Amino acid sequence: MTERTRKPAPARPARPDPEREKQPPKPQLQVRPMAPIVPPANVSANALSVVIAIMAFLACLTLGAVSMVSDSASSWQSQISREITIQIKPEDGLDMQAALERARDTALSITGASSASIVGDTETARLLEPWLGQNADLDELPVPRLVIVTIDENNPPDFAAMRARLAETVPEAFLDDHRTWVDRLVAMARTTVIIGIFVLSLVFTATVLTVIFATRGALTGNRHIVEVLHFVGAEAPFVARQFQNHFLLIGIKGAVAGGIAAALTFAAANVWTGFAAATPESDQAMALFGAFRIGFRGYLGILAIIAVIGLLTALTTRLTVIRTIREIDVVRSDPSRME
Amino acid sequence: MIRFENVGLRYGMGPEILRDLTFDIPKRSFQFLTGPSGAGKTTLLRLLFMSLQPTRGLINVFNRDIATIPRDELPLLRRRIGIVFQDFRLLDHLTTFENVALPLRVRGKEESSYRRDVLELLNWVGLGDRINVLPAVLSGGEKQRVAIARAIIDQPQLLLADEPTGNVDPPMALRLLRLFMELNRLGTAVVIATHDLSLMEQVDARRMILSEGRLDIYD
Repeated sequence: MTERTRKPAPARPARPDPEREKQPPKPQLQVRPMAPIVPPANVSANALSVVIAIMAFLACLTLGAVSMVSDSASSWQSQISREITIQIKPEDGLDMQAALERARDTALSITGASSASIVGDTETARLLEPWLGQNADLDELPVPRLVIVTIDENNPPDFAAMRARLAETVPEAFLDDHRTWVDRLVAMARTTVIIGIFVLSLVFTATVLTVIFATRGALTGNRHIVEVLHFVGAEAPFVARQFQNHFLLIGIKGAVAGGIAAALTFAAANVWTGFAAATPESDQAMALFGAFRIGFRGYLGILAIIAVIGLLTALTTRLTVIRTIREIDVVRSDPSRME
Repeated sequence: MIRFENVGLRYGMGPEILRDLTFDIPKRSFQFLTGPSGAGKTTLLRLLFMSLQPTRGLINVFNRDIATIPRDELPLLRRRIGIVFQDFRLLDHLTTFENVALPLRVRGKEESSYRRDVLELLNWVGLGDRINVLPAVLSGGEKQRVAIARAIIDQPQLLLADEPTGNVDPPMALRLLRLFMELNRLGTAVVIATHDLSLMEQVDARRMILSEGRLDIYD
């Protein structure tokens, strides 16, 4: 067919309508600003936003909790492995004070021991106060005495050599390097973090699936828009772009709301532990979780979750729109698939 | 412009709805497509609009065999065809103006470049004072006219209209018919599927009568 050369203006009437000509000319109405092709808000979009906010909140909360437990476990491990203890059991004829000093000097002579201090009578009495009461006379009792040695974590001493040297200088001394405790704590910390990562991956999977299904559900209500756009000549990328931008905004709005709620929850818990310091409840919580702070990495994680959920929503939208167009062109145009 | 050769169509394993259709739609032609309800008029329009594939036979649209047209090219070919759906298919959140301007908008045109044309066309179909109204408050006849205006706003090479005067009174039906004729005079081939005998009597045009799956053409 040859190119038509007619002017691009729309068709005009061949004959003017006499009835219309009798009427006075009407003032030209103002056209409202163009509305977006995809309606900005409807019930399904609001529901999607709420669902995404809830899932983002849960995902951020889980991520924060895992990060806190992981940090606390590392902290326990670090604190315990930073010190070792030399214990001297009282025996007949043993000059305890001299033995303590010998043990301290022996420990300090080993490379990797930063400092060593003898736990004095007063501290020892306070340590034993829950069992012996306030007025216990330690000299009357065969109470072991302690030397606490702080070690250089980066260059720890050779514990076997230290043990051998102590056996020579103070045979009554027993070196406790807390290895059993540290090993148990490392195992517990690893287990806790593995469980946390497993829970986190479950929450993430649930979030991903919820976002995908909620987005597809919300798109179902807009399916007729996809069809009309396609039939008036819109290409698939154009249609996908309209919906993708719209749902990206919904996804990010929901995820930001959930992320902020989670951050506020952690901040509120942190403030609560500050106010409730030195109370039994706070001490228990602090012992288990450490301070209720998720730190820079935690907030970075929340930002990452927001970005992932936003992108996921946009990607799901794009794929769903393109699949809908494919269905219009391939499936619904094939009469053999219809009854 | 469009050529059907021995085209047949059946849905699933059912009987053939359309049988051995062989005809063409020449450029600048004007024709009515008629026949009893359920004869397959809408199905034939869907075949012409390339939204349905024939079970057998050959369809050439704008000199292209539709069986070989890649899916990505379909929207570009559809831009050369205007279609008026029986159920209008207007977007409820867009005003009359925005619905009519939609085909131009999806082609990436600026609003300022088509505003005057859209307003002029809306005036002509009698909706000049309804430009900011949403479809929900339009009558059936008004929706019909919006759908027609949307189909012809970009001056298609072929206009397919499914019962375009089904919801309007006789004077408006005549007015719309005149619009189709004017469009045809300017070079658009027009296919109007209708039951309205009085409308067909207004124009000495080609008649395509579908009955029991077969097509008879009276030039």
